[in-house]
Amino acid sequence: MNATLIRLRALILKELRAVLGDKQSLRLLIMPVILQLLVFPFAATLEVKNNSIAVFDQDQGPTSHEMIQRLTRTPAFTEIVQVHSEAEARALVDKQTVLLVLRFGPQFSKSVESGSPEPIQAVLDGRRSNSAQIALAYVQQIVGAVPLNSQVAPSATLAVRNWYNPNLEYFRFIVPSLVAMITTLSALIVTAMSVAREREQGTLDQLMVSPLTPSMIFIGKAVPALIVAMIQATIIILGGVYGYGITFQGSLPLLYGCMVAYVAALVGVGLFISSVCATQQQAFLGVFFFVMPSILLSGYVTPVDNMPEWLRIATWANPVRHFVEITKGIYLKDAQFSDFSHNVYALLAIALVTGVTALGVFRRRLG
Amino acid sequence: MTDLSLRLRRLWTLCRKETLQIIRDPSTLLIAFIFPGILLFIFGAGINLDSSTVTLGVVLEDTRPQAISLAESLANSPTFRVKTGFDAKQMGDELRAGRVRGFLIVRNDFSERALRQSPGTPSLLLITDGSEPNTASFVAAHVRGAIAVWQREELRRLGRQPTGIDVETRSWFNPSTESRNFLLPGSISIVMTVVGALLTALVIAREWERGTMEALLAAGITRFELLASKVLPYFVLGLISFVICVGLTRYAFGVPFRGSFGAVMLVGALFLGSALGLGLLLSTVLRSQFNAAQAALNAAFLPALMLSGFVFEISSMPPIIRAVTHVVPARYFVVAIQTVFQAGDVWSVLIPAFEGLGLAAVGFLGFTYLKTRRRLE
Repeated sequence: MNATLIRLRALILKELRAVLGDKQSLRLLIMPVILQLLVFPFAATLEVKNNSIAVFDQDQGPTSHEMIQRLTRTPAFTEIVQVHSEAEARALVDKQTVLLVLRFGPQFSKSVESGSPEPIQAVLDGRRSNSAQIALAYVQQIVGAVPLNSQVAPSATLAVRNWYNPNLEYFRFIVPSLVAMITTLSALIVTAMSVAREREQGTLDQLMVSPLTPSMIFIGKAVPALIVAMIQATIIILGGVYGYGITFQGSLPLLYGCMVAYVAALVGVGLFISSVCATQQQAFLGVFFFVMPSILLSGYVTPVDNMPEWLRIATWANPVRHFVEITKGIYLKDAQFSDFSHNVYALLAIALVTGVTALGVFRRRLG
Repeated sequence: MTDLSLRLRRLWTLCRKETLQIIRDPSTLLIAFIFPGILLFIFGAGINLDSSTVTLGVVLEDTRPQAISLAESLANSPTFRVKTGFDAKQMGDELRAGRVRGFLIVRNDFSERALRQSPGTPSLLLITDGSEPNTASFVAAHVRGAIAVWQREELRRLGRQPTGIDVETRSWFNPSTESRNFLLPGSISIVMTVVGALLTALVIAREWERGTMEALLAAGITRFELLASKVLPYFVLGLISFVICVGLTRYAFGVPFRGSFGAVMLVGALFLGSALGLGLLLSTVLRSQFNAAQAALNAAFLPALMLSGFVFEISSMPPIIRAVTHVVPARYFVVAIQTVFQAGDVWSVLIPAFEGLGLAAVGFLGFTYLKTRRRLE
């Protein structure tokens, strides 16, 4: 083995020992993965469940009764509260006891019989507008299903099938995204903090005067991050497949291959942050400053599709967004490399730009 | 008496030292004052639960006038950018690659069946991308809507009066039902968590790492003085940051504010107390910056994002997770601040939230007090 490789191996072993050496840090790298895997898939749901609605029925006629009957049978609502005045309804909304109030006017059933139905009035709690609107969509579906004895429109029966996730369960969407989310934080913290820690403790200078070149030091910092990311990703995938029963549709080697590109991008960002920071505290805050927006704008919290055009373009510089698309694509949709090659190239470009910049800053500081 | 004034002076000096340390580190100021602005901006512009336009594929197996007019109806809907195709398999590849979020297959017997008014097996099949559940249900709801519109238009063309029951909608508190109006106040919980828990966790852990904590304790300072000197400056820093957040939300983003200044400050102060307490506790127990930082992220930031109910409804979570959210201070904060912003000072909502926040603050700070050892091991 030539000298460079021996040196590199020694350096990598040293770095691994620094990251995984003591029990406390090891626990802190593994525990959160398990906790998040247990909690987040259940917590992150935009489905509307366990909600109550209020009904103010001034009509008390056959049609309003039938509609209320049908609403009672919907699993989306736990309880249908009958109220007898506007004020009573208002108090329930204020206290967030109910998500929405439906009011049937006094002439409602008669107007339906006479063939010109008057509208049902719905009042939503705007503080929870997303849930309220989803609940409203359920109401509209139920109202629309009540047959009217008038002329029939041209028939157009629609069947809906949801690919990759037939019942639109959120945990199937969250688990693949968690692979991206958790590896991001750890890989960044491991790289950025370790350089800053060495600088604080003065060992970075020792490394610099050793026969190791800056690029070797870079690789030494990248390998532990990659190993940590791989271990965490494996735990999540195993949990997803065996714990949550989400079949892994795509190719595992492809996913791990893309992970190398992703970790390279993260290491680049992490090293860049640590190259401009003097202390661990600054490095950590720097990581945070980067991670927060990247996670929020990755499509994990709300879809990238919903963002305004200019912001959608800006997310091309966000490595997390690319990896979220890749993990979801491979895990759920059996996506092929050609489906997301643009994401991989973007990751490599990010790795290159940040890595080269960081190296430049380091060299300048040394010289 | 002199003893008390001496103690106060000592506390004052300690606070001053801490304040100077804050002011002299640009990264602290960056996090406390610049970061809230950036974060709120992201929430204002980027975090949006309301889909605006979605690309929808339409596969026409039927090309007679009825089918074409349905496709036009979809294309005219402001929610869809329509991509027309003639091969379902090809459209399936587009869906896999995420280039369309769903596609509607118009079966070749669609026109005949529409005219003969024979329902039976569906003549329209909508495939959605279930890997984006929220968008998938949005697509399904709007395709249903567009079909209903098309049916009414067809009826009108036949010279008949379309009938159907409408649901007329109004929204209390947030008339335009923009998700931004509740997401922005909720997102202040994230900013406060960062300033309160993360920053303190790091700063105090650094003192333990460097041994300056021990030095202070050896100098005869009481545990109470030590904690107070750490809490007070960061409390003030956090409150300033909180005021900036509320001000930006109200004036820069125009989110309606219906409560009182006193109520909103009380909400902020109590939450800050609990966040500072958590940060102090973690750093006191872990004593290393690296580990305290990791722990603060996982114990404070992620729960504030995921379990506070600010994006994801707590009522939709399973019972066990709902029980867990009761120990997440951010949960009480989010309810309280959304109410103060959108509904006003509704005391029946605010008082339980204050109790939760107060309890968390006292609990974390008290536990830290007990964990701060006077002697070196």
